[in-house]
Amino acid sequence: MIKKKMIAMLLAGGQGSRLGVLTAKVAKPAVSFGGKYSIIDFPLSNCVNSGVDTVGVLTQYRPLRLNSHIGIGIPWDLDRNIGGVSVLPPYERSDKGDWYSGTANAIYQNLEYMESFNPDYVLILSGDHIYKMDYEEMLDSHKAKGATVTIATMAVPWEEASRFGVVIADENGHITDFEEKPKNPRSNLASMGIYIFTWDVLREALIALADVPGCDFGKHVIPFCHEKYGTCYTYEFSGYWKDVGTLSSYWEANMGLVDIVPEFNLYEEFWKIYTKENAVPPQYMAPGSSATQALIGEGSSIYGSVHHSILSANVIVEEGAEVVDSILMMGVHVGKGAKVHKAIIAENTVIGDGAILGEGEYAESKLDTRVYASDLVTVAENSVIPPNVSIGKNTAISGVTLPEDYPNGRLEDGGYIIRGGEGA
Amino acid sequence: MKALGIILAGGNGRRMKELANKRAVAAMPMAGSYRAIDFVLSNMSNSSINRVAVITQYSARSLNLHLSSSKWWDFGRKQGGLFVFNPTVTHENNNWYRGTADALVQNLDFIRNSHEPYVVIAGGDGIYKIDFNKVLDYHIDKEADITVVCKRLSAGTDVSRFGVVDLDDDNRIVGFEEKPVDSNNNFVSCGIYVIRRRLLISLLEQCEEMEWFDFVSDVLMRQRRVMKLYAYEHEGFWSNIATVQSYFDTNMDFLKPEVREEFFYTYPEIHSKVDDYPPAKYNDGACVSNSLIASGTIVNGKVENSVIFQKSFIGTNCSIRDSIVLNGAHIGDGVVLDHCIVESRMTLEPGTTYKGEAGKIKIVTE
Repeated sequence: MIKKKMIAMLLAGGQGSRLGVLTAKVAKPAVSFGGKYSIIDFPLSNCVNSGVDTVGVLTQYRPLRLNSHIGIGIPWDLDRNIGGVSVLPPYERSDKGDWYSGTANAIYQNLEYMESFNPDYVLILSGDHIYKMDYEEMLDSHKAKGATVTIATMAVPWEEASRFGVVIADENGHITDFEEKPKNPRSNLASMGIYIFTWDVLREALIALADVPGCDFGKHVIPFCHEKYGTCYTYEFSGYWKDVGTLSSYWEANMGLVDIVPEFNLYEEFWKIYTKENAVPPQYMAPGSSATQALIGEGSSIYGSVHHSILSANVIVEEGAEVVDSILMMGVHVGKGAKVHKAIIAENTVIGDGAILGEGEYAESKLDTRVYASDLVTVAENSVIPPNVSIGKNTAISGVTLPEDYPNGRLEDGGYIIRGGEGA
Repeated sequence: MKALGIILAGGNGRRMKELANKRAVAAMPMAGSYRAIDFVLSNMSNSSINRVAVITQYSARSLNLHLSSSKWWDFGRKQGGLFVFNPTVTHENNNWYRGTADALVQNLDFIRNSHEPYVVIAGGDGIYKIDFNKVLDYHIDKEADITVVCKRLSAGTDVSRFGVVDLDDDNRIVGFEEKPVDSNNNFVSCGIYVIRRRLLISLLEQCEEMEWFDFVSDVLMRQRRVMKLYAYEHEGFWSNIATVQSYFDTNMDFLKPEVREEFFYTYPEIHSKVDDYPPAKYNDGACVSNSLIASGTIVNGKVENSVIFQKSFIGTNCSIRDSIVLNGAHIGDGVVLDHCIVESRMTLEPGTTYKGEAGKIKIVTE
């Protein structure tokens, strides 16, 4: 009979709506990161590096790119005879069919998948964070403490603790209480959304809570286990861990990679991050080009100048163009003499000659103040920006835009242009 | 698919000098992110040749490592696959491969047991992009016995290491001169052949019986008047990298936009083993001009007219000109390189200078 020590369930169904136009057409875990990777590569690589060879990836929102990225798991050596990676979308049953209504509900709907591997432990992950973590160490802690649930936590600055779900634990890591986004936190140990459950306990909780609408780990399953068994423990993690849930945190986490010795180092041989490679050729730096404090991906051609930026594969920066403080995803084309300042440009977008992005002063967003609250220019995938227009700060653009979309050749600060039906 | 692929990658790399100490010519790193053999493997894969044998002999370890998985070139299939044949001692035979024909003879069973009606035979040291289906169509159309892919080199090129071919008006080969020291003919054989499998088997059986070992001199040359040998002219880029100078020049050819266009940006692409290196990183002080930089590399200094392979490190205040830095080399601060090839995984001490000159490339190795 198949027997796996620990299997992982990776929650990758969320939209990540605070990434605005970046996640209008792709799920957040599929969003590009660091000039090469997708966000989901980090938990997936952590799994294989930790010896977890069975991973169910739960998808729901806009799964196309995620599905083609994962495929049969070849980049992570997760193409295995028994186990490996399985993409688990919601499905229909003879009596009814439900979308995944909450994190725990999604896992509940895949009880059969988990049962088929007869695991001792189940690791619950989300596809939202950038970090390197050895889940096996966490499992060792889980076993050593005799826990039924282990929650990975991280000490955050006290003033930020009220943004997180925090756990209150004794010095042995035994959890006595939980608080969700408390006004006056009693602890600064934030939950990272990474849990190890003893399988029987998880199974019991999921079945007991099957009818809870929107069943959620933080709100329902963990409190249930805490009340019933009282053996929830923390596993304190002290390495690099970044949430990239907002445009500014996404931008900052990317930019951290260009430091001389970055806090999060991708160049170490140990604990490699694997991804589906989309391009093989080297990049070409033309005469007169320049690049400093920059990461540049395969197959790119740089004729202009790039400073303090992250460029993915197959990006073209034409002569006289200038890219500063920006993130350019795969296949972006920056036209001659264009200036791109503090922008996030998604895949295959074309920026016309002489266009200027990020010119002006911060102004409140007219689209969504919750999402667009920095001075970044955010451009969705496959967009077109016409030549010689000027685009202000804290703006959003999606779709093929035409010169007439820019009154007097300008998109004012805080403005937006959404074309082509489905936008932000 | 109609053809079986055989890649002859066993040749010794005498003319590659010290670079051959580490690997066979077919395993030479190329164009920043590739190995030489990736080109022919990708050409076969892209032409739906699904069953490919690589025949290796000389210094094959590096090559075998590169070929340790067939998935990069999409050969990992139930039907077909990638096969690596090293010389092996058997009941009847205890010889190394004594030549190209002998290498084929020693693997006759593989050829006999295949089902494809045609065979494409090619070397592992050619840099080119070709659709073998077109060559095959041409071969069938001409009712040729053997079709030889040829390339017209630019006038004045030294052809003394190639086979030079004379054609009649129908492109039939009427003259074949191997490695002439004086020739004003610049139409050369690329060492790529298409032949019917049954015919190949009977020719190889004859070689076995007669103890003929070389495919060119013992098959092509002997048969050239009896059989119908046709030339297929390859229009695209073609280069053979089997000497230090041609290896250097071919890498530098990739700095030309038309060569990059053909190989890097035009479908179908050249595949290679994927190593998951992070993107290349440029720190303050990096100044790169007319150069190829492969992933995993960290640049702190000045690089001009050069090809820097994967996972290299270029220290601050370096000056690298007209040079090739192979995979994983660590170039210390202030190193000066001019017309050099730096062997893979070399560490160059800070402040050292290495200078070659045009036509006399310096190989920097241990």
